[in-house]
Amino acid sequence: MSRPLPLRVVGHSVRRVDALEKVTGQARYVSDLERPGMLHVKLLRSPYARARIARADATGARSAPGVRAALTAADLDWCDPYFGPAYRDRPILAAGVVRYEGEPVAAVAAEDEGAAAAALDLIEVEYEEQPAVTTLDEALAPGAPLVHTGEALSGHFADLSSLRPRPGTNVCHQFHFERGRAVGALAEADVVVEDAYVFPRVQHYSMEPHAAVAAWDEQEGLTVWASTQNPYSVRVELAKMFALPLSRIRLVVPHLGGGFGGKTYAKIEPIVAAVARMAGRPARLVLTVEEAFRTVRRCDARVRVRVGLRRDGRLWAVECHADYDVGAYADIGPRVIQKGTYTATGPYRVPHVALDARAVYTNTTPGGAFRGFGVPQLAWALESLLDEAARRLGRDPVDLRGQNLLHHGEEFAPGDTPIDGKFEESLRRAAAAIRWTQAGAAGRGKGVAMMMKASIGPSVSEAIVRLHADASVTVLASTVEMGQGARTVMAQIAAEVLQVPIERVTVATPDTGITPYDQTTSSSRSTTMMGRAVQEAAEDVLGQLLHVAARRLGVAVAEIAVADASVAAGDSRLTYPELLAERFGMGGGELIGRGVVAPGRSAAPLGGSTPFWEMAVGAAEVSVDEETGAVTVEEYVSVADVGRRINPLQCEAQDEGAVVQGLGHTLTEEMVYEGGQLLNADLVGYRVPRADDVPSRMACHFVENTDGPGPFGAKGAGEGSLVPVSPAVANALARLTGVRMRELPMTPERVWRALRARRDE
Amino acid sequence: MADPLAPSRCDLSLTVNGATVRLTVPAHALLLDVLRDRLGLKGAKRSCDVQVCGACTVLVDGDPVSACTYLAVEADGRAVRTVEGLGGGGALDPLQEAFIDHAAVQCGFCTSGILLTARALLDAEPAASPDTVRHHLRGSLCRCTGYRKIVEAILACARPGGPA
Repeated sequence: MSRPLPLRVVGHSVRRVDALEKVTGQARYVSDLERPGMLHVKLLRSPYARARIARADATGARSAPGVRAALTAADLDWCDPYFGPAYRDRPILAAGVVRYEGEPVAAVAAEDEGAAAAALDLIEVEYEEQPAVTTLDEALAPGAPLVHTGEALSGHFADLSSLRPRPGTNVCHQFHFERGRAVGALAEADVVVEDAYVFPRVQHYSMEPHAAVAAWDEQEGLTVWASTQNPYSVRVELAKMFALPLSRIRLVVPHLGGGFGGKTYAKIEPIVAAVARMAGRPARLVLTVEEAFRTVRRCDARVRVRVGLRRDGRLWAVECHADYDVGAYADIGPRVIQKGTYTATGPYRVPHVALDARAVYTNTTPGGAFRGFGVPQLAWALESLLDEAARRLGRDPVDLRGQNLLHHGEEFAPGDTPIDGKFEESLRRAAAAIRWTQAGAAGRGKGVAMMMKASIGPSVSEAIVRLHADASVTVLASTVEMGQGARTVMAQIAAEVLQVPIERVTVATPDTGITPYDQTTSSSRSTTMMGRAVQEAAEDVLGQLLHVAARRLGVAVAEIAVADASVAAGDSRLTYPELLAERFGMGGGELIGRGVVAPGRSAAPLGGSTPFWEMAVGAAEVSVDEETGAVTVEEYVSVADVGRRINPLQCEAQDEGAVVQGLGHTLTEEMVYEGGQLLNADLVGYRVPRADDVPSRMACHFVENTDGPGPFGAKGAGEGSLVPVSPAVANALARLTGVRMRELPMTPERVWRALRARRDE
Repeated sequence: MADPLAPSRCDLSLTVNGATVRLTVPAHALLLDVLRDRLGLKGAKRSCDVQVCGACTVLVDGDPVSACTYLAVEADGRAVRTVEGLGGGGALDPLQEAFIDHAAVQCGFCTSGILLTARALLDAEPAASPDTVRHHLRGSLCRCTGYRKIVEAILACARPGGPA
């Protein structure tokens, strides 16, 4: 067949397929769902960071008005109450010990939320408080109290098949990666810059806190409506915990009110399922924002990096020691540390590297996945140091970066995907957009930074596309719509391949009982991996259509043209409904296409090759109020290499959001602990960016060389542009004031102190 | 004798999206819960619980309020408008159209509250400036969009002589 060009739907800013329901208040999120007979769950949480539970008794709550179930860990002897994607170290309810302030200790299910909350007061728990470790220093000190003492592996991931805990310490995983001569190469460098950089504890604050509704049916089957980014991972956890076949568990995922990584892997689904089982009624748990702060966060980190360069500016060797604080439970922290550390050298050619990372337990909210997945913590260090190196060498920071960029097709690591973008083009675009070579206004400073991140590999996405008798289309895909626009993108791809109007395409709600397997909605992978699966499935349908058409028209498939839900050859034209009637001999039946994207394991260091490299550049122009230390980002430019934008406007919207989220941890966001207590688990004390914090000049640009492995040359987007924000702003501030910030967020107080320290020097 | 510890209940009469509603609620009931759980109007969302995020914003007599901290009894005798009551006669409010066209919607959780905040602003100030729009959005958080497209969408309706 001949494919019509140019593209009709892909590459166009079509309206979001879910926009109408969202502007009219009709979009339904888990917290909007009601099931007949549904109970409401509230959790009793530990007031201590670390304590032995001497006694926990929920008896008093059971007879309270409206209460239908009240349980502690002792009531969970009928299931395997531990879960976690790396280690199965997290109990449904704290058993014997509590490991962080806010850890769930008991649960109550009642006829309404008020009754459940009131009954929590009737649960008796006696704690024996113990010394806690709430910082990396405390946790790594010799003889520190241990958060855990040996936990079982879960075996979910190819790259986590060999977790390396250090028994007798709080280190739950170590990662080492080297290339070239790991030892001694730094001594051959002409200039070495080094320092320690600190990245704070930050929380996703998806506006919709975690929510789940669980119901058991007569066949011992379990259905959970959950705000999760990866229903299939949660299904595996629930199957293990409740000893059910996968086929008996349905995870249904309506719209998510934001995810950003905080809704990956099981969080509250196990407790809701357990309560529903014990109460014999459907159960619903919707966390408050304060509870979300006690559920997951980004891993804070302290990173010491040494960067060696030759006199001519060539990057020669990098040494890195990164300690990531994964909090009280490992969650996906072990993968965070190795993914982040693997690309600690950014998009640059560095012949000799020795990278080490440790995942460290502390008695704080568990650290997990968060947009950027370990990369922002290290890019913060490397990109700051590159500017220091440029200063030492008397080089322009843009030129120095450009000199060292990996080229298209170049190897990053043996066995992994060669570099798939023209990074120099992105750097040039960013420099031009921020007017790099022009002197800025007085009191303004400019800075740049870059990033590179691997996506997840190996991973699997499967899709089904159904062409119905009326030429409408259903796409079955388990990619979760969390705001990023995945449903729209999948609809565009199917509409493009099948040559039907996008209005005729419906993308089904993810439901593990119906929509096929997808590993996860994260790692910027959906457009590339699921997009390709949808493309393949749609092409499968098209192939079947063409086969019918060729037979009917008596022509070769290659002679058939496809457009407007019809096929044509010579003077003959047949609509899809006519072809379907031909195929089935009646007005029923549908064509079903299947797409499977499963690249499998490879010899790459992380166990699988990244499908693409996510790369972005940030350029900032800042000013600072020397009296208060307040930094203002006057202008920000982002450039991301995305291969091809399936939906240009949505792509831009994604990256604008990424930049502003990056401004949060750069300037204002930080979870503050004191004495093991989280002090600011609310939106008053934890300050996320507001509309008036957005730089007045801001632009998100895209490099589109259709060099991605995704559909129509696309690659992933959405995480990258968050990463360069902190170092770009810090580099701009350093060039303006001579002050080098090494700890985030760059609050007015920290900047003011640094400015004063410089003045006092 | 009535239980002195039982929550007192109040009879309310208010209009919600133009329709008169009479109901009895506990004195401590929040407007957000009454709208969502008693009246089935799920467009207003619960998020921060402390009047910061604006996801629960609805209009009471035309003024935006945080329904998460607004007692239902305070709405007695007043007119409440939720996102379900935006637009009319089968047509979308120009703001709703503009939010769709400008890609100002991502996850959608903040959308209802911001639409109503913007409606109140434009009703009071049809030609609101960019700074005024940003100022009025200080009471609304969005974690997805970076706000730019939201501001653009509102401004598209705020041009003097524009559709607002």
